[in-house]
Amino acid sequence: MSTLPPISNTGMLRWAWRQLTSMKTALVLLFLLALASVPGSLLPQRGIDPIKVRSYLTENPTWGPILDRLGFFEVYSSPWFSAVYLLLFLSLIGCVVPRVGVHFRAMRSAPPPAPRMLQRFSGTRTVEVTASTAEILATAEGALRRGRWRVVTGPVDGPQWLSAEKGYLRETGNLIFHLSLLVVLVSVALGGLFGWKGNVIVREGSGFSNTLTQYDAWGGGRFVNPQGLPPFSFTLDKFTADFERGSAQRGAPRAFEAEVSYRTEPQAPVQHALIEVNEPLEINGAKVFLVGHGYAPVIKVTDRTGAVVFDDAVAFLPQDGNFTSTGVVKIPDSSPQLGIQGLFLPTAALDAVLGPHSTFPAPDDPALFMSAWKGDLGLDAGTPQSVYRLVTDKMTRIGLEQLKPGQSWKLPDGSGTVSFEGYQRWASFQIAADPGKEMALFAVAAAILGLIMSLFIRRRRVWVKVVDRDGVTVVQLAGIMRTSTFEDEDIGVLAEDLDLVQDALESAGQTAAPAPLIESAPEAEAPKEES
Amino acid sequence: MNPESLAQMSNVAIYSSMFTLALAMIAFAASFAVGQRRPVAVAAQQSTVSAGGTAVLTKQAPGGVEEPGRRASNIAISLTWLAFILLLAGVVLRGIWAGRAPWGNMYEFSITAALGILGVYLFLNIRMDLRWLGLFVVIPVLLTLGMAVTVLYTEAAQLVPALKSYWLVIHVLAAIICAGAFTVAAATAGLSLLRDRAERHAEPGTTPTGLLSSRVPDAERLRTLTNRILAFAFPLWTFAVVAGAIWAENAWGRYWGWDPKETWAFITWVVYAAYLHARSTAGWRRNRASWIALAGWVVFLVNYFGVNFLASSLHSYAGVSS
Repeated sequence: MSTLPPISNTGMLRWAWRQLTSMKTALVLLFLLALASVPGSLLPQRGIDPIKVRSYLTENPTWGPILDRLGFFEVYSSPWFSAVYLLLFLSLIGCVVPRVGVHFRAMRSAPPPAPRMLQRFSGTRTVEVTASTAEILATAEGALRRGRWRVVTGPVDGPQWLSAEKGYLRETGNLIFHLSLLVVLVSVALGGLFGWKGNVIVREGSGFSNTLTQYDAWGGGRFVNPQGLPPFSFTLDKFTADFERGSAQRGAPRAFEAEVSYRTEPQAPVQHALIEVNEPLEINGAKVFLVGHGYAPVIKVTDRTGAVVFDDAVAFLPQDGNFTSTGVVKIPDSSPQLGIQGLFLPTAALDAVLGPHSTFPAPDDPALFMSAWKGDLGLDAGTPQSVYRLVTDKMTRIGLEQLKPGQSWKLPDGSGTVSFEGYQRWASFQIAADPGKEMALFAVAAAILGLIMSLFIRRRRVWVKVVDRDGVTVVQLAGIMRTSTFEDEDIGVLAEDLDLVQDALESAGQTAAPAPLIESAPEAEAPKEES
Repeated sequence: MNPESLAQMSNVAIYSSMFTLALAMIAFAASFAVGQRRPVAVAAQQSTVSAGGTAVLTKQAPGGVEEPGRRASNIAISLTWLAFILLLAGVVLRGIWAGRAPWGNMYEFSITAALGILGVYLFLNIRMDLRWLGLFVVIPVLLTLGMAVTVLYTEAAQLVPALKSYWLVIHVLAAIICAGAFTVAAATAGLSLLRDRAERHAEPGTTPTGLLSSRVPDAERLRTLTNRILAFAFPLWTFAVVAGAIWAENAWGRYWGWDPKETWAFITWVVYAAYLHARSTAGWRRNRASWIALAGWVVFLVNYFGVNFLASSLHSYAGVSS
């Protein structure tokens, strides 16, 4: 039960801080974090698929905008998601940072003196000894120190007891784990502020140089200077793709390879590399990933006078797994202006239901279906147009045709000729730089190490006490678990620790043979104090 | 050997494993039904154990009264081992047939996950007597395998380029062992809740009666066991997620992109982190922690099955949506 907050301001602040850094708050925040992550996996997210977000908004005109205003399409950068994880990290700082100091002091200080009554601890042993107190304690200390225990003896004027502690690394690991999570957060933030990434489609034989204008899409952090990107460039020499031809998963991709030649800067020598899906190319701190591919039919258009008004490969965008691809050609320089909507089919098929479509992603039987338009392309209107869409508002259709590579089509109204010369491949690349990722990797490695330490190292104390009992010198051995995860194993671990000391005494010949082993009744010493 | 016969052998091994498991399930169930209350001496020893915190693992003392149903549970364990070996053979043959690690689609994940659950259970059973848990492990394994051979079955095929990486072996292996551990921990957590309820309803000083609760260890031991399994699984799950992130960085150009699979892996991680925190929070370390362990398993299942079927994810290479 939480108490009511006191009235004074500092008291209030202290109360709030205590609440925030309590374990229960941390638990609640962890649940909130889990819960807050869910909607981002159910609703489309702008950062991943902006087109899906747009179509969701059109399909849900009532709820869509409300969800949008509440940040449900950018969950992981929304204020409420940020609030949860920032509070969680604040709570973590409040919990962990003070413990760093406490632990640092604990690691440097000696274990506390042995308690007066050792009998009350479970598993206490009493062993009759023959050697002197000093010898006994020296043997025990030697054995424990070899086992990397921290040992102290006392009292100062003629030691009678020994107190030893081990397993400090448990708390060290716990602190490393939590502090590493902070470092991960910082690394992610660094990546967000100083990182950038862009996407670009490059045709076979064409080049790309790393400047903003060459990208189809680009986004960068707040501290990235878009004019100062590393000045590398590359050319896509050859792209090859393999697809499954067997019956199982027919048409599924099997291998993609992009052969490129690149320069790290304009004057640098040309180097060659092969980029594959799991094998990005690293240039100047940026990585070039192969993320997609498609076809670019080579189309040549002549006008009514026979003059060539267009001759180029045009990247078409794949619409399905078999690479039925669409694209457009805009020819503003002919009179009247011409536009072509095209459908490129690597393995062409035509049926009544699906219309023209491709049945296999490889170019086994390529064909180009076209619809030609003339009129006003609308390029002068000032509104930006997509290069993949033809605006046909002010155009009229001339005709439809299908061509095999090498074939030509004389437009029915005589306004020109369209030839399907062949096709090229294109590859799309994601080029990204994330200066925080090495740090993030280092931090998570440290976190896992810390986690293992904090879960499996046991912090425990043992005591050795030499006492005189009815004229017989005996040694009492006892121990406790300082922290405990698995109660049923603790007793076994402590027994092994006591064995360590007892064996050392026995092999030093300091015990009375045969050593009688008296175990006290199992009495509970609640062995835990941990958060 | 020709590929077709390898495929057939793999399938035969998996069906045989399921048949053997079904027999094991019957034997486990029989030992449950036949086994009356544990002998009083055992119960008494156990209650001191939990009170004193001084247990050695509860191996039965030799020479004592043989518990009823013990023979049936011994037979069940032997059958489970046999089923494990058959399933291992099935998975390995599948891998040889495909010429790669057999983790390319949901069918293969599922048979390997079933192997993982059995493996974790049998491994723990070597270290402590867990025959009482067998029924609750064999049932989810049979369900997983049943779903694999009916709904998820796909012919072996090559991998899509995105999966061609040694990270497939590392990332998926870690995730599959975690699947086993999470499932076994869910069984012990669920039983601890039932047993805890029975203990609260039992008259003071007696052990609970009833079909389920009288045949399993006391609730505190079940909770400790759950904690031990999850303490092992949580760092491994962290590693599995990190390995996935490293792989994603290599394949997709970012180490974390809130893809639905990644998101649910993160949620799983957070819930199990909450479990570990709950275990050291006053008032939470008993039944609430057990509920969190169960919730973690449900979230894990959503991640494992749900994401493949429901959401459009970069991880949707399940090979089931043809």
